[in-house]
Amino acid sequence: MKRTKWLALFAVLALVLAACGDGDDGAADTTEAGAPATTEGPTATTEAPDTGGTAGQGGQLTLLQWQAPSTLNPLLSGGTKELLAASLILDPLAEYDPDGNLVATLAAEIPTVENGGVAEDLMSITWTLKDGVLWSDGSAFTADDVVFTWEYCTNTPDCTQSGFFTGVASVEAVDATHVLVTFDALTPFPYNAFVTFQSPIIQRAQFAECVGASAAACTDENFGPIGTGAYMVNDFKVNDTVLYDYNPNFRGAADGKPFFGTVLIKGGGDAEASARSVLVLGEADYGWNLQVDPIVLADMEATGLGIVKAGFASSVERIMVNQTDPNPDLGDQRSEPGTVHPFLTDPAVYQALSMAINRQELVDVGYGFAGSPTCNVWPGAPYASTANDACLTQDIDGANALLDAAGYEDTDGDGIRETADGTPLFILYQTSTNAVRQSNQDLVKSYWAQIGVDTELKNIDASVFFGGDQASPDTYQVFYADVEMYTNNSGSPDPQTYMSNWTTAQVISPSTNFGGGNIPRYSSAEYDALHEELTTTGDLDRRIEIVKELNDLVIQAGAMIPLIYRADVSAFANSIQGVGTLNGWDSEYWNVEDWTRSE
Amino acid sequence: MGRYIIRRVLFAIPTLIVISFVIFAILDLAPGDPTASLPLTIPPEVREKIREALGFNDPFLVSWLKWLYQMMIVEPIYLIEQMFNITIGDSENRVRIISWSSKAPVVDTIIERIPQTLWVLGLAFILGIMIAIPVGVISAYKQYSVFDNVGTFVTMVGYSVPTFFTGLLAIVIFSVWLGWFPSFYDTTLVVNSWETLVLQFKQMIMPVAVLALFNAAALSRFTRSSMLDNLNEDYVRTARSKGLNENKVLVTHVLRNSLIPVVTLIALQIPGVFAGAIITEQIFRINGLGQLLISAIQGADVPMVQTLTFLFAVLIVIFNLVADVTYGLLDPRIRYE
Repeated sequence: MKRTKWLALFAVLALVLAACGDGDDGAADTTEAGAPATTEGPTATTEAPDTGGTAGQGGQLTLLQWQAPSTLNPLLSGGTKELLAASLILDPLAEYDPDGNLVATLAAEIPTVENGGVAEDLMSITWTLKDGVLWSDGSAFTADDVVFTWEYCTNTPDCTQSGFFTGVASVEAVDATHVLVTFDALTPFPYNAFVTFQSPIIQRAQFAECVGASAAACTDENFGPIGTGAYMVNDFKVNDTVLYDYNPNFRGAADGKPFFGTVLIKGGGDAEASARSVLVLGEADYGWNLQVDPIVLADMEATGLGIVKAGFASSVERIMVNQTDPNPDLGDQRSEPGTVHPFLTDPAVYQALSMAINRQELVDVGYGFAGSPTCNVWPGAPYASTANDACLTQDIDGANALLDAAGYEDTDGDGIRETADGTPLFILYQTSTNAVRQSNQDLVKSYWAQIGVDTELKNIDASVFFGGDQASPDTYQVFYADVEMYTNNSGSPDPQTYMSNWTTAQVISPSTNFGGGNIPRYSSAEYDALHEELTTTGDLDRRIEIVKELNDLVIQAGAMIPLIYRADVSAFANSIQGVGTLNGWDSEYWNVEDWTRSE
Repeated sequence: MGRYIIRRVLFAIPTLIVISFVIFAILDLAPGDPTASLPLTIPPEVREKIREALGFNDPFLVSWLKWLYQMMIVEPIYLIEQMFNITIGDSENRVRIISWSSKAPVVDTIIERIPQTLWVLGLAFILGIMIAIPVGVISAYKQYSVFDNVGTFVTMVGYSVPTFFTGLLAIVIFSVWLGWFPSFYDTTLVVNSWETLVLQFKQMIMPVAVLALFNAAALSRFTRSSMLDNLNEDYVRTARSKGLNENKVLVTHVLRNSLIPVVTLIALQIPGVFAGAIITEQIFRINGLGQLLISAIQGADVPMVQTLTFLFAVLIVIFNLVADVTYGLLDPRIRYE
């Protein structure tokens, strides 16, 4: 009897021990099973021609992405974390440098009207591919792969990047090195499809069976795409790590590129832990997306192990001003186009609201060197207008005078102004839940209190606010509030698509959830006509002029109160050289083949 | 006993189905959208197409029944096929549970993650037991001594301070100030030499210690009180009056009897340890199940969250059964019909 007791006790202990033993075996198993590319990777390495150069001699580069990639097929995930991880493997035809200039990647040159690459009628573009580019498996990269990428994305419902092929009528391979892209309509800016890390080229031979509904079932392919980039996948663990080997077939191999032999992307933790690992502990070479309290970040940087870089593109933290009436009494007409806001469409009110804001203070509190005050829809050169720069200085007195002159008086002595018919200037101000946004909300509320405007603050979980749930009253599109704050940006350095977000055609109607990106429901015939002109104008100087005018129309109509020109922030160890300016327009790893380490 | 176990197992099946329904209902009611984390530059019509392709817009009952079928039938068949390298029926066309964010089978990802969790948790658990039982025994035997007081203080601290605090504290002290250990866990490290073994040891020591402290705290309190109950029993006095030495009295008589409730507690604690690991893994960036769950929740990856929470529920049901059965085995006074 005694013996059975002890046996049972040992049985329990053995169970726990066995669990650990399993762990050991399992670890060995998963390194094989979990890494579909392993079989391709090393084989390619052994078969590859001996470059005899210095490529891949630089040891390991450790990149921290606290949000880890969940797949390596960028066409099935629009998330920046996946796009970044895939940008080490896959290349587009052209990419943007940090200043927003196009740089040929797999293309031999950037096609223009001058060099004959873009048709005179602006209806098509012919890309000439670089000669002798090889996939990492050693096979030749041809125009057919480009055509396939288009076929794949347009025939696969999961393809998140299908927006890049909007307006593309056909993609044809003229010969092995020429690709003809034809458009449905006049396209003055033909560099969307196959440009940037969001629209890279995948290999036909690998993905041919993965088009359409079967795309999701192709786990091996999605986790180990064969690419033309500087690196190829060695081991991928979902939402955790990606281990890359350098690609010996890379087109820069003869020049000793890339320098690093292996790259490790490690996920997990949070932005602050990543910043600490790079800047304080020196455990990693790069930390991505460091939205950390600017004071904390500056303290960490002071340790001296690394530097923080900011990459500006087109992101603007803005307050969108609802042009329609969000009053719940209107029932299903609430925030519908056709209704008019009781006071926010009055120029005096929105100008006063904008003048009362101290933008520099908002930057200092929440963004540090990751932001600068702006008064424009489009903040970056060469399209940035200077007509609205008065908003850079806070002017409470001016704002009060403006409201006084427009007849908004505080008649009942409660400190809040009323409209002529007695409606108090009360604003419901919503945004997503985020420490920086809430501290900025508090500040804006205090500025507006000084001009007799009462504000109620509301914050909504980001997954709801930015989610597209049609049943939810709390999404930013439905906009059941007077004003709301968030950041948006243009996917391309060309503003045409982005500026269409204020055209009448894009106005959102919450009841049908029909429409597009016109969140404030701004509608102006003048704006529509001008945007129409933009879509048919090829001359760059005229385009810049039009964009500035469009920008000024939106700002002066008060549909949007711009606050902060925001940058992406990442940290680099001091020993990493060759990064240059942080790229806000494309992958932050866009020039990873040029990165080196100095001792 | 055999019949009792069979009855309990049969009873567990409807329980688990109800649990899966409740989890599914909660996830369905919770706000969240798999496309919410995508950049705003992706147009709404593309988002709608993605949601449609994922099955996000399917009615609740349809998606639950589909998941139940996949979880109960498709996945077990797949595992059996893999284990014995055979094909059962039309295995080409069976659709497995696919994650919304990685587009890969959920169960494969979970299997990939289990070893890391078991390594850290298993070590922490064994270490916890190895600390807790001696501490509990000595504390009880020398009640109100300095050892007992210090032990009580340390275990109360360990029990009441959450792991997300002790974890961060450990990182600040041992990584930032002292620089002894790395602050994150390198999951690609392959142990094949003495140096890598040392590295593995270094990166595991903090998470294991943090979790072990937490486990040991509760267990040692339990051991102590159970020992105290038994120390005053008549049979202990009898043993002493027989002239047995103190060591023998303590180990063969008192400890053995006191361990009965402790062993049960150990079994019951195992699922709880998994829960505790969720936070610890996130802090130390260990790619275990807990970290997987957190990233799935953040990405509104419903199939992954659903499957993981269900597996945790299964663990709780199983270990409850294990606890009951071991209790019966250890204590002959307890008989199940």
